[in-house]
Amino acid sequence: METVQNFPAISILLCLFAGIISSGLKRKAARWVNILLVVAVAFLSIYTLGYVLATGASYVYVMGKFPAPWGNEIRVGALEAFTAFFFCVIMLLSLEGGRKKLADELEEGKTYLYYVLSDLLLSSLLALVYTNDLFTAYVFVEINTIAACGLIMIRQNGRTIKASARYMIMSLLGSGLLLLGICMLYDLTGHLLMGNIREQVGILSVTGEYHIPLLVTIALMSVGLAIKSALFPFHGWLTDAYGYSTVSSAAILSSLVSKGYIFLLIKIIYRVIGTEVFNESKIINILFVFGLMGMIFGSLSAIRENDVRRMISFSSVAQIGYIYMGIGMGTKAGMEASVFHILSHAATKSLLFIAAIGLTDVSGGSRKFIDLTGAAFRNKWAGVAFTVGSLSMVGVPMFSGFVSKLLFAQAAVQNEIKMLPALIVLGISTILNAIYFMKTVIRIYTPVEDLKYESITFKNMRMYAVTLVLFIILNVFLGVSSQPVVDLIGQGLAMFS
Amino acid sequence: MGANLFSNYGEAVAMILFGIGFGNLLLQSNLIKKIIGLNIMDTAVYLFLAEKGYIEGRVAPIVVDGVQSMEAYINPIPSGLVLTGIVVSVSVSALMLSITIRLYRRYHTLDLDEINVQLLKEEL
Repeated sequence: METVQNFPAISILLCLFAGIISSGLKRKAARWVNILLVVAVAFLSIYTLGYVLATGASYVYVMGKFPAPWGNEIRVGALEAFTAFFFCVIMLLSLEGGRKKLADELEEGKTYLYYVLSDLLLSSLLALVYTNDLFTAYVFVEINTIAACGLIMIRQNGRTIKASARYMIMSLLGSGLLLLGICMLYDLTGHLLMGNIREQVGILSVTGEYHIPLLVTIALMSVGLAIKSALFPFHGWLTDAYGYSTVSSAAILSSLVSKGYIFLLIKIIYRVIGTEVFNESKIINILFVFGLMGMIFGSLSAIRENDVRRMISFSSVAQIGYIYMGIGMGTKAGMEASVFHILSHAATKSLLFIAAIGLTDVSGGSRKFIDLTGAAFRNKWAGVAFTVGSLSMVGVPMFSGFVSKLLFAQAAVQNEIKMLPALIVLGISTILNAIYFMKTVIRIYTPVEDLKYESITFKNMRMYAVTLVLFIILNVFLGVSSQPVVDLIGQGLAMFS
Repeated sequence: MGANLFSNYGEAVAMILFGIGFGNLLLQSNLIKKIIGLNIMDTAVYLFLAEKGYIEGRVAPIVVDGVQSMEAYINPIPSGLVLTGIVVSVSVSALMLSITIRLYRRYHTLDLDEINVQLLKEEL
């Protein structure tokens, strides 16, 4: 076995150890451990990606040398390695963008805990991306929930504590359903490793035995993960959790945590249930319909909102709807569009959250639109970044959001029955997106006469401005040279099955 | 259908308990009752696993008297899953309880609706 094959397992363990070590460190040391860790994991992931692309095939890494079907496995393909790398990049940028703000938002002496939680969150995200064992996936789903809840709650005010309580309750409902689904699947097939379950499910679907239990199992797992990733009717917890937590938490939660669950769902569809069986079940249509509803209702709620951070949170609901719509189309093109949108939304939404904090800071800390008037002149970098994020969300060419909308439209055309609703809702949702994002952009670029708030210059926010520029570059990169990324996604999805 | 249900009464009970727990976690407005619901829900899953994993007349796979036939033992994995699950549910219950304590200290009530009302008054 080559050394590089150990890297995914090493990166998960590194994160866990870094979390444990950081709990005994001072603030600064914990911060450096965290930065080094994320950079190291990003390098390990990109190296693994290079190896997988060079060999052209995925590989299975057996933990503890117990062979299947007894042992625990990690499976590495092109998509897994790339997603891990991308998650690391977003995490690093999100933490860097909110670093200065963190000192005001957290209680004195609690900052190191923030880094402990981020390390653990990264470990669970990596495990969700790489694991080949369903029960391990469940355990890391719970670790992810606990770490995310900590990231919400670490800022102490009434809103965040209540938001974390609601977040925990919805998450626990979701993971309860997921656990029941996994247990039932284990009873039906006798396995926990994804490959072995897939074989057994194939046999069951040919013989037609246990048809209804299998359907119930698929439904339980899909609904469980949909609740956890805030698909439309289950999004109640989301606005408070994203709207009032620290800015880095909001960026990480919206762009990584919910995406981790969706990635697991895609993995379950491809590697556990099998696309054929999943597409035959009616559950795919349910996901499709709720995705469409989320796209419209999320945007409508965002239009009504008078608070910029809550508006961005509601926009997340709509974007999660896009991803589920792509999954619900049941075609390869739809899935590719969904995976691309996971990346593009992650890059854009964290940019928006971090730019928004720069704008509210120069408006006396108020998040109401009336106070934000002219904020882009007071903080020029944040203004430009917010505009880029908005244009990307609306789907203007050159930015990443355009490519994902294009991919969704192309995928919709291939599916005769779902073409019409998908295209119509895509159009309506784009107009709604344009309404609330452009409204905000116009608002922040409206000049004001009386200068009651101070402006901020580049000198006072070097790291923040650099982070924003990096985010913008990432966005434009995804928008301009999307073809290699789309090819990579296609290759990765082909390796899944 | 009826006969199947009767012979698998353990699983049926587990599912009913899961429903009760799920409903409580979702619908109760009192936080402590919600946590009780969570525990009922999780325990129902463990009951389901234990019920599925046990075959009458067989014992845990610990070889003492030299019997090595597969027919004599049950599969130990469901029991292992139950143990792992218990650890997970203990930790989430502890976290939920700590959040409940925080909320109670701040608002002097366990009722989520009432907390909502007080939050609206706070205007953050």
